[in-house]
Amino acid sequence: MNDTKPKHNPLLERGLMLPNANRMKLFSFPYILWMAGFIIIPLIMILFYGMTTSENRFTFANLAMIAEPINYKALALALLLSIISTVICLILAYPLSIILNNIKMKSNSLIIFIIILPMWMNFLLRTIAWQNILERTGILNTLLTFLHLPTLNIINTPAAIILGMVYNYLPFMILPIYNVLIKIDQDVVNAARDLGANSLQTFIKIIFPLSLPGVISGITMVFVPSLTTFAISSILGGSKIVLMGNVIEQQFTLGNWHTGSGLSLVLMIFVLLCMAILSKYDKEAEGSSIW
Amino acid sequence: MTMKKLTLLIALALCGLLFTGCGSKDSSQKVYVYNWGEYIDPEVLDLFEDETGIKVVYDEFQVNEEMYPKIKENAVQYDVVCPSDYMIQKMIQEDLLAEIDFSKIPNLSNIDQAYLDSAQGFDPGNKYSVPYCWGTVGILYNKTMVDEPIDSWGALFDEKYSGNILMMDSVRDAYAIALRYLGYDLNSTDRNQIQEATKLLQSQYPLVQAYVVDQVRDKMIGGEAAIGVIYSGEAIYTKRENPDLEYVVPKEGSNVWIDGWVIPKNCKSKENAEAFINFMCRPDIALKNFEYITYSTPNKTAREMITDEDIKNSSVAFPDQSVLDRCSTFSYLGADMEAFYNDEWNKVKSGIK
Repeated sequence: MNDTKPKHNPLLERGLMLPNANRMKLFSFPYILWMAGFIIIPLIMILFYGMTTSENRFTFANLAMIAEPINYKALALALLLSIISTVICLILAYPLSIILNNIKMKSNSLIIFIIILPMWMNFLLRTIAWQNILERTGILNTLLTFLHLPTLNIINTPAAIILGMVYNYLPFMILPIYNVLIKIDQDVVNAARDLGANSLQTFIKIIFPLSLPGVISGITMVFVPSLTTFAISSILGGSKIVLMGNVIEQQFTLGNWHTGSGLSLVLMIFVLLCMAILSKYDKEAEGSSIW
Repeated sequence: MTMKKLTLLIALALCGLLFTGCGSKDSSQKVYVYNWGEYIDPEVLDLFEDETGIKVVYDEFQVNEEMYPKIKENAVQYDVVCPSDYMIQKMIQEDLLAEIDFSKIPNLSNIDQAYLDSAQGFDPGNKYSVPYCWGTVGILYNKTMVDEPIDSWGALFDEKYSGNILMMDSVRDAYAIALRYLGYDLNSTDRNQIQEATKLLQSQYPLVQAYVVDQVRDKMIGGEAAIGVIYSGEAIYTKRENPDLEYVVPKEGSNVWIDGWVIPKNCKSKENAEAFINFMCRPDIALKNFEYITYSTPNKTAREMITDEDIKNSSVAFPDQSVLDRCSTFSYLGADMEAFYNDEWNKVKSGIK
């Protein structure tokens, strides 16, 4: 993948490119400032709040709050629902990406545009729209009743939350997989075919391994927001189904910042764990993953 | 090249405009208002801006508990906030509120003395708050979806309405219902009583369709559920939209509440806050507001000006003394009790017994 770069750059070797490199560093300054202000400092604050009591004394009590049945059950449910929705997203997105890649038409960009289009609207609005669709007297059930079909009652159940997660995060699965697939060199596929591999073998031995970086970014980008969401579960779950995100949100809105931060740290461990496991499968991936 | 110079010139001019814009924007020309959701006629804000030249920056909250930490932690500076009785009491005790200069609020004379008297319960001496709206908490039910007229909180715990109940997603309101149904005081500090109420609410959990606050209005109008818990102020509006709906204050008694304007100590401009409160007490404004939000107004001059006789004498907006006699106000129960209530409520909401 790095074959576009010349192996020996005489200018670089003689150190003549250095001023330019320095200038590039200067340009990265705003980004570093941004990272410090909006990523590093908040993380340190969460760490600080999570490890202290309201009298600013060091404690593990906030982390230990996860042992409360309310909290670990919320975490377990959040893990379950986010795994289910990630798997559904993958099952839907992978074939779609292959189809998009294979049809190679001008309309491709149009299809990608259509996938991205809903993201132009605020995701809360889209989720509230789903609430209106799924309600008992909602759009879907009105339509079903009109057609004399049995009505569907999934609002305020985990199924509605999974639907909300899949709907909201599916584009984040499709786009990285599609992007990796279109970059696979067709010559590699042709070579496999020349050497006698059938379609299935080509897919298992060539296409799938090469698309793994996209799959892994896709999984991360769906799993992590699903695990931490509180808006989808409170809108489509009628505040009846409590996920980890809801527990943390509740702690913060009630003013228990220390407990909220402690539980966020626990959740963060699971996010990091997920990313660590994925990065193991991503050893050969070159640069297109998050790590 | 000239083109480039021209663009540069325009950019510079725009920059200049931007800075002068900042300079002339005096912070005293804004008032930061933090109010309940769906709790004001937006036109009133426009009128205030037109008449005083003070720009209104308006934010909303759903429950008192959501508003409190923002003021407490000094996260956002608001000039005027509209908490309920027990929350005002708590904020006074914690020294978060500034005393209002009533010489700046001549329109206070329009507020019925009766409400100022009952406000003494949470604001002794009426120093920190000006009543904005008041009302009761009751049951809103859809006549076509229930078998008999409802007059008891018991309907909320009745299995035959399973999946047809919308419960209040607010800790004090939910506990007031359970405590009153069990025959206890809604300001109970007896942990056994509260735990008994928790058990009752936990037994209700499987029957509840959703826990909601503001959404109850649209859901009841749309016929999503048979029974909902609602603030009396929403009842007139919902009945107007869907005539099948009926509001009742259950026989076991309920909560009567007063929301009032207060000024936090860390406000940016106390003068603007007082100007805003004074404006809200003006009879024509209070009337306009009442007609839009339909929450009972403590403004007696405004009430006399209501033209619709049905609403003027509505038992929902202005209930009889007999109804009010079985209702009581919330009082602040102290930080420990509050945390206990919150923990118990979280247990209920998690659905785990």
